[in-house]
Amino acid sequence: MSQQVIASNATSPLKRILAQGKYESIQMLSNGEQLILAVVMPLIALIVLSVTDLLNGVAERSIDAAVPGVLALCVISTAFTGQGIGTGFDRRYGVLKMFSTTPLGKAGLIFGKVIAVLTVLVIQVILISVVGLFMGWEPNLVGIVPAILFLLLGAAAFTSLGLLIAGTVRPEATLAITNLAWILLAGAGGVLYPLSMAPDWIQPTLNALPSAALGDAMRDALISGHFSIAGLIFLVLWSAAASFAAIKLFKWN
Amino acid sequence: MSSHTPSLIINELAKDLGPVPALDNRMLRVLESVSLKAYPGKVTTLLGANGAGKSTTLACAQGLLQPNGGTVELLGQDPYGDNPDLRSRVGVMLQDGGLPPSMRPIPLLRHVASLYKNPIDIDSLITRLDLESFGTRTIRRLSGGQKQRVAMAIALAGDPEVLFLDEPSAGLDPQSRQVVFDLITELRDAGKAIILTTHLMDDAQRLSDYVYIIDKGCTVAQGTVAELIERAAEDQDTRPIAFAGPAGLVLPEPPTGLHLSETSAGEYRLDGVNSPEHLNWLTTWWVKENILPTQLNLQSRSLEDVFLEFAQKEERA
Repeated sequence: MSQQVIASNATSPLKRILAQGKYESIQMLSNGEQLILAVVMPLIALIVLSVTDLLNGVAERSIDAAVPGVLALCVISTAFTGQGIGTGFDRRYGVLKMFSTTPLGKAGLIFGKVIAVLTVLVIQVILISVVGLFMGWEPNLVGIVPAILFLLLGAAAFTSLGLLIAGTVRPEATLAITNLAWILLAGAGGVLYPLSMAPDWIQPTLNALPSAALGDAMRDALISGHFSIAGLIFLVLWSAAASFAAIKLFKWN
Repeated sequence: MSSHTPSLIINELAKDLGPVPALDNRMLRVLESVSLKAYPGKVTTLLGANGAGKSTTLACAQGLLQPNGGTVELLGQDPYGDNPDLRSRVGVMLQDGGLPPSMRPIPLLRHVASLYKNPIDIDSLITRLDLESFGTRTIRRLSGGQKQRVAMAIALAGDPEVLFLDEPSAGLDPQSRQVVFDLITELRDAGKAIILTTHLMDDAQRLSDYVYIIDKGCTVAQGTVAELIERAAEDQDTRPIAFAGPAGLVLPEPPTGLHLSETSAGEYRLDGVNSPEHLNWLTTWWVKENILPTQLNLQSRSLEDVFLEFAQKEERA
């Protein structure tokens, strides 16, 4: 078959990615259910954990112990559950197939989703941080840069996991799995509570979860100003494994 | 690309789908051997019954499915895989639309257009397809015909050289159907290569420059509409006569080779007419029974007759 250089009517890859990022962000922000998951639930978690003694002993004040975990929960809400459900239904309705007939390309689709996740995450982080500061949160300033790095690594790991599930099972199953996972990880996955508060026998298992790696790394950074090497290794490994599996197994339609 | 160079060449295309649980999880061969060419400035139609393999052929031609055999060349390229440059020159209207239910049609259309360097004049397209009349509604609240118009607009957003339309008139009201047909004709006249599938013979007869009849995953006939009708007429030169008269007539036994029936109340049809003698027999009966038909039509053969004959031949084979 003749392989000739052909003229193109596509805009530059960067323009396509930015256009898709804007489109995906609007899609995420205009979805009521996703907003509840992305904003309302983390705010409720922040208030409950701050005004109760559930996190006693984790930091000097409850609000300082609560904010890092709630920021980690925001990552899971947006990158994993919200994005996974959205992608699953895009696949069901043939939206991914429709976009695959345009010049968007796989890179445009994937990076468009990454931009949307990061956009919503920035809004969540600003909102939770401002509310936290109003409630008296005093983050360890040394830990802010590491915390941003861990949020980004967490977003990469959970976006890949969300895409892996959305691209391999039915959308209804994606809905069930990602919502259930959100509840389990939030309640017992080391996101909102440090693993040291869990029974000894389950700690090794929970330690292997990306949620625990993210939650503990965020607390280490924003409470103590420490950089968690273990958190870094676990999140990088989860990101690499989930990305590899998602690329191999994802079905576009 | 010259009008003599095909925009699409499909050669002995084969495709398996599955595994199919009903076949003990074996693969099902949905395309056996489909070959076709589509040229710029022409409407090429894939005609076939439901399940004949039209949409699978189109999906392979668009690069959405990888063939198991044969070759596909779209604008000189293998269309399978991630190829944004090729995609930018091809418009696709999917049978199921692939439209995000929570979006409004016009922002979606403008977004898709933003992926192209030189998109079509979107405002004119919106007016032409009357998208503004339902522009404030989300796609999930649109009727089937309105969704078809949005899907058509999206296929045209990049002002493509090649346009694939899968059942473009499905679900359209007569007015929208006319708009879509006029648009297809204009695009053809503007030099676009248009490849469409349909199971509606009227649409195919009205729009097509060249027709491929697909049956059981094979190309069983090809030609212009006139050629196909003429070729089939050579095989079996009969003309049905339709007439209307009083309902419930007692029908006489016709000569051998003819078949007379009342198709609905007061509507009659005589099949198998191939000689003036047959007309004589019919009018003799009318005179005898004092019947003056209110309508009389010596029907010309249509693409539908041709298609049914090919289908019956395949059935017999």
